[in-house]
Amino acid sequence: MDLLGLYNYWVYIALMMIGFYAIIAKPNLVKKVIGLALFQTAAFLLYISIGMVDGGTAPIAWDPAVRYVNPLPHVLILTAIVVGVSTMAVALALVVAIHRAHGSVETTEIDRHDADDRE
Amino acid sequence: MKEQFIVREVARLLIPFILLFGLYVIFHGEISPGGGFQGGVILASAFILYTLVYGAEGGQRVLSSDASDRLNSVGVLLFAGVGVATMVLGGAFLAYNELLPAQPAAGQVLGIVLVELGVGITVFAVMVTLFNEMIGAARR
Amino acid sequence: MTALLIDVMLLLLLVIAAIAAISVRNLLAATMFLAIYSLLMALVWVHLQAVDVAFTEAAVGAGISTVLLVGTLVIVKSDEEPTSMIHWPSLAAVLVTGAALVYGTLDMPSFGDPAAPANQHVAPYYIERALADTGVPNFVTAVLASYRGYDTLFETAVIFTAGISLVLLLRAAAPRRRREKKP
Repeated sequence: MDLLGLYNYWVYIALMMIGFYAIIAKPNLVKKVIGLALFQTAAFLLYISIGMVDGGTAPIAWDPAVRYVNPLPHVLILTAIVVGVSTMAVALALVVAIHRAHGSVETTEIDRHDADDRE
Repeated sequence: MKEQFIVREVARLLIPFILLFGLYVIFHGEISPGGGFQGGVILASAFILYTLVYGAEGGQRVLSSDASDRLNSVGVLLFAGVGVATMVLGGAFLAYNELLPAQPAAGQVLGIVLVELGVGITVFAVMVTLFNEMIGAARR
Repeated sequence: MTALLIDVMLLLLLVIAAIAAISVRNLLAATMFLAIYSLLMALVWVHLQAVDVAFTEAAVGAGISTVLLVGTLVIVKSDEEPTSMIHWPSLAAVLVTGAALVYGTLDMPSFGDPAAPANQHVAPYYIERALADTGVPNFVTAVLASYRGYDTLFETAVIFTAGISLVLLLRAAAPRRRREKKP
C-alpha cells in the first residue's frame, strides 16, 4: 500500500463525501444543489487524476519526443462539466417552481404545506 | 450613482474585447486550449455583463428572447448538418474526410471548425437563455 | 518538492472551501464559497496538466453556476436556514460510503504512473495518430470533435434540452398554482 501514491485519491474521496453529506442531510433545497455541485466537481477531479502521467505535459502536440498526459479523461470530463451545469440549471429552475408553488425551499416546510393542502 | 458610472464605462470598454476573445477561443480551439464550449460560455458572459449593466430591457434590445430561442437550435442543426452533408457526399455520418476528398486532413480541419462553431453557437444561446429565464422570473 | 507543496496546499484550500460552502447559513456566502471551490479546482487541474478542462471549469463552474445560483437566490430570497445540527444517520451513511471508496482505491495504480492501464490502450493511439489523421494539434479537440464526434453531437443536444426545459419551467405560465393560506 503506497501511501504517497494514494493520498491524492483519499482527499478527492473526502471532497466527494462532503458534497454527498450536503445532499442528503441539509433540508434546504439550495444547499442540496450546492452539495450536488461539490460532489460532481470532486468526482471529475478523481477522473482527471487517473489520466495524470508523471512528467507529462499538456496534451497539445508540439514535439514528438515529449511525454503527454492522457487526453481521454479530459475529453469525457469536458462533456461532463457542461452537462453538469445544464442539470444544475434545471435543478435550480425546479427549486424556483417549488418556491412559487409552496412559498419555501425548506423540505420540512414544503412537507407541512403539502400535507395542509391535502386536508 | 458613482459605482453605476464606473461599472457602465468599464463594461463598455470590455465587452467588445470579451466578444473578440470568445470568438478567438472558439476558432483557435484546434491549436490552443479552448474550443466550442469554452468560447460559447465566454460569449455568453459578455452578454450577461451587458444585461447586468443595462438591465433586462437593454439585454432584450440587443438580443431578444425570440432570437436566442432560435439560436439555441442553430448550433445543433449546424453540427447535424455537417453529418448529413458527409453522408450526402458519400461517406458515413460525420466522416469529415468526405468534405474535401482531395485532402482528407484539410477536410477534417474544416469539419472540426464547423462543428466547434455549431457547439459554440448552441452553448452561447443556451447560457443566455438560462440567464434570461432566471432573471425574467424574478421580474414577475 | 515544490510540486508536492503546491499540491498539498491546493487540496487543503479545497477541503476548507468545501466544508465552508456546506456549513455557512447565509446562502449567498455559500454560493461564493462554491465559486472559490470551482476556481481552486481549475487551478488543481492546471497543476495536473488538464488545461482544456481547467478552462471549462473556470468559465462554466466559477462563472455560469454562480450566476444561476445568485439568480435563484434573488427569487427565493431565503437567506438562512434554521437548523444547523449534524444529522447522524446521514453522517454514518457518508462515512460508510467513504470507507468503501477508500477500500476501492487500495487497488488503484499509483498516482501518475505511466504504466497504468488507463494509459495503455486507446490513449497512445490517439496521441500518435491525432495530428496525422485530423491535422489538429490539440489532442482533446481532435478526440472530442472527430474521433468521438457522436458523443459531442448528443451532448450538444443535451445542452439544448436544458435550455428549452428552463423555458418551459419558468417562462410559460403565470404562477397560477400559488396557494396562499389565509390565516
